[in-house]
Amino acid sequence: MTTMVDRNPLALAFASKYKIVLTLSLVGLLGLPLVLASFSISLLNLVGIYALATLGLVLLTGSGGVTSFAQAAFMGLGAYCSAFVTLRLGLNPWLGLVAAMILVACCAVAMGAITLHLGGHYLPITTLAWAVATYMLLGNITTLGAHSGIGDIPSISFAGMSLDKPEQAHYLIWGLVILALVGATNLLSSRQGRAISALRGGALLAESLGISAFRVRLMLFVVAAELACVAGWLFAHTQHFISPSSFDLNSGMQILLMSVLGGVGNVLGAIVGAFAVTLGRNWIQDLLPSLGLDAGALEIVVFGAVFILLVQYSPRGLSPLLARVLPARPKPSLPKLSSADRLDFSRMKDASDGSHPLLKLEGVGKRFGGLIAVKDLTFDVHRGTIVALIGPNGAGKSTTFDLISGLKIPTSGVVSFLGRPITGAPARELIGRGLARTFQHVKLRSNMTLLDNVMMGAHWRMKAGFVSGVFGLDGAEEAKYRSLALLALKEVGLADDPYRLAGNLALGQQRLLEIARALASDPALVILDEPAAGLRALEKQALAALLRHLRASGATILLVEHDMEFVMNLADDIVVLDFGSRLAIGKPAEIRNDPKVQEAYLGGVA
Amino acid sequence: MDFQIAAILFQDGLASGAIYTMLALGFVLVFTTTRIIFASYGDLIAFSALTMHALQEGQLPGTVYLLIVLAIVATVVECTALIRERGYRRIPWALLTWLVLPLLPASLCLLAQGTELHPAVLTVLTIALVVPIAPLLYRIVFQPIETASTLTLLIVALVLHYLIAGLALLFFGPEGIRTAALLGGSVDILGATFSTQLVAVVVAAGALALSLALFFNATLTGKALRATAYNRNGARLVGISTRRAGSIAFILSGAIAAIVGILIGPTVTIYYDSGLMIGLKGFVGAVLGGFISYPLAAIGSILVGLVEAYASFFASSYKEIIVFLAVIPIILLRWLTAGHGVEEEEEEHA
Repeated sequence: MTTMVDRNPLALAFASKYKIVLTLSLVGLLGLPLVLASFSISLLNLVGIYALATLGLVLLTGSGGVTSFAQAAFMGLGAYCSAFVTLRLGLNPWLGLVAAMILVACCAVAMGAITLHLGGHYLPITTLAWAVATYMLLGNITTLGAHSGIGDIPSISFAGMSLDKPEQAHYLIWGLVILALVGATNLLSSRQGRAISALRGGALLAESLGISAFRVRLMLFVVAAELACVAGWLFAHTQHFISPSSFDLNSGMQILLMSVLGGVGNVLGAIVGAFAVTLGRNWIQDLLPSLGLDAGALEIVVFGAVFILLVQYSPRGLSPLLARVLPARPKPSLPKLSSADRLDFSRMKDASDGSHPLLKLEGVGKRFGGLIAVKDLTFDVHRGTIVALIGPNGAGKSTTFDLISGLKIPTSGVVSFLGRPITGAPARELIGRGLARTFQHVKLRSNMTLLDNVMMGAHWRMKAGFVSGVFGLDGAEEAKYRSLALLALKEVGLADDPYRLAGNLALGQQRLLEIARALASDPALVILDEPAAGLRALEKQALAALLRHLRASGATILLVEHDMEFVMNLADDIVVLDFGSRLAIGKPAEIRNDPKVQEAYLGGVA
Repeated sequence: MDFQIAAILFQDGLASGAIYTMLALGFVLVFTTTRIIFASYGDLIAFSALTMHALQEGQLPGTVYLLIVLAIVATVVECTALIRERGYRRIPWALLTWLVLPLLPASLCLLAQGTELHPAVLTVLTIALVVPIAPLLYRIVFQPIETASTLTLLIVALVLHYLIAGLALLFFGPEGIRTAALLGGSVDILGATFSTQLVAVVVAAGALALSLALFFNATLTGKALRATAYNRNGARLVGISTRRAGSIAFILSGAIAAIVGILIGPTVTIYYDSGLMIGLKGFVGAVLGGFISYPLAAIGSILVGLVEAYASFFASSYKEIIVFLAVIPIILLRWLTAGHGVEEEEEEHA
């Protein structure tokens, strides 16, 4: 059943179509200098240079959800650094590149380290200030011509040949663009790429999966800055003249326009955007004077208007259109599963030494100022059981959940897991210790496949870093965890079409998918936050059946639930909370007959 | 540096600080009610000074054309929206607010063409011409994307700066201007001599801060704006129109910009694109307040003014660099003092 995708003739046709398109564009790029005039090639080179800088922004904005106005400033820094190394120190442009990349890395790391801890709009604001400051700084470097700029920057030589003509530089520039595109595509489909996607739309999911939002954003920010640096280096050594005005805030905005126009959701958007803006600008500059209008002023007006209309009417730019026209990169083929293959719950089995409970809460409390949300809560979760934490609205269930999952720190008491205290441990560390969670408001990445969503759960178990992701050296590990994710999907009954997009699932199936993601992390304990909320009766039954099935396989589950009916037929032990305190604890039958519980739920017994 | 120079620099710094304070208040006002970091705010200041100058020279200011264009576009946008949701009965009202009202000062200006006017009348006319630009821009540019992320709104606001600076170049030309001074001389306060300009600026900033405080605490509209700032959905649930709150915030910020433009016109040379730089400094001040606190934004802005004044003495060519890099330690400070919890941001909607 799972081999459908790779045997499908249509999929095969698409796979080969993808290769055909790829080959054709490569041949086209190689052949262009033979057919086009020098002027057109120069223009195309400029497109390539800006495509590099834009690609950085596409990665940062489209995938990391933060943006930077400083791409042009980093370009300028790269260009000026290399100009200094070649003109004033008399060294080779390649050494200039190395120096420029080191300088840019230092600046980007410093800036990112300061601002990326703060969410929201702090990074864009800092990059804005940085862009203005860099522009002015460049204008103050008297040894490099200050505001009037500097010329006679030497050409780059490659394999003993000096790339003086635009036709020669074309191969270097577009070669680098293609390398960057391939690297970016590899990165996005690797472990780090999934971490980037997990981050989009908020850091909570990423942190719960053991991903440091800060590190991922810093990586993206530095990558974006380095791509801009390479673009600036190419700019300096192919234009042979640079001045601060090429790297002012205005240029930064233009790169931003390129990324939005191309669409930040797709790496190819960088090329499309750079192409459209560079050529559009050229066209406007030709057209406006012939209409008797001042080109300089109107150019920016036209661009501004186009940009605003685009954001209003097509916020995703041209890339959705592009995605429809171009064949998709073929998906990796799926491993074949036999019906006997099961997910290996290794840590659930490890945890089976019965000397102490898996999870233990001792006198746990949480105050918010004068409000006591949870008071002196004590209960245990034993292995291989389903424990339900229930209570009416406002009873402190969600706070308790946050205290266990590391989002809030208890003001008193100890939470121990596997016999060791986890009180105050950050949420990010818990998944590695064997505590996996789901969310009440489902947190999935809806434009990613089921398989990728589940593989996010295995993030902390995998090793591939940035470099092996970019160069595609992670094949073996990816394959191993792909089949593991498929097994997790099989556990929850979603394995029939793992390449479906998560956004196309019904809510009930999305909850199952979240459980599969939790299972992929090899948990000792799975904690579920109101898993039955919003589900229809049949979906609740399916969920209950799955949880029973998991318990039978040795899993331990703690669920925080509102729905009394749902837990009564499912849980081994029930803890009832009311006004932050433990009202009752026991087997479902005892809870059902407890007058205190009846009073809390039904408002008193007659 | 002796005491005398230090005192002069302090006066200078205080004067620019007071200007930046007014700007920062405008930034915070717009951001809290609409989540828009209105980066093109400074352009309104440039427009104000340029308009005042043109009126003083007896020319027809380009603002008149800008206003006509914006009013027509806004009316078309509003009426299209109304027709689409079949709110035909609201069309006359829309025509009145979006077309007639903004065109009023424009037509006054056209009528008064060629007649000699008193400086006070010119000032009022300038304010009347500049203020409507802000809500018109809000209606045309921002209202259709009001649910977009803060980031998208910021990007659009920056792009808008380039768009309207380009228009300013078309309407006003590339020459820098200084308006004729409305106030001259100096006054003695407690034995020290201050220029009248400085006193006017500081008084204006103080009066503005005071009236904003009164507006927010003592009027229902002000409270509605605060409610919107605190919780948009909550405000909507109790019947506050967040769009109306946004329009009011933009009108107020437009008024602030118009006043600032008139105040700085005689002392700073203004070009069509000067707005961004002036605006960004108020913006740096607002950053200190984290964009939400008025008093912190005011303190931050005065600090920016002082840093700028002293930096221009010690390292004049690096003055701007120093001012803008000051953002980074400020942000660092905010990070050190703020909590470090995992915060969930708004989901990007694809």
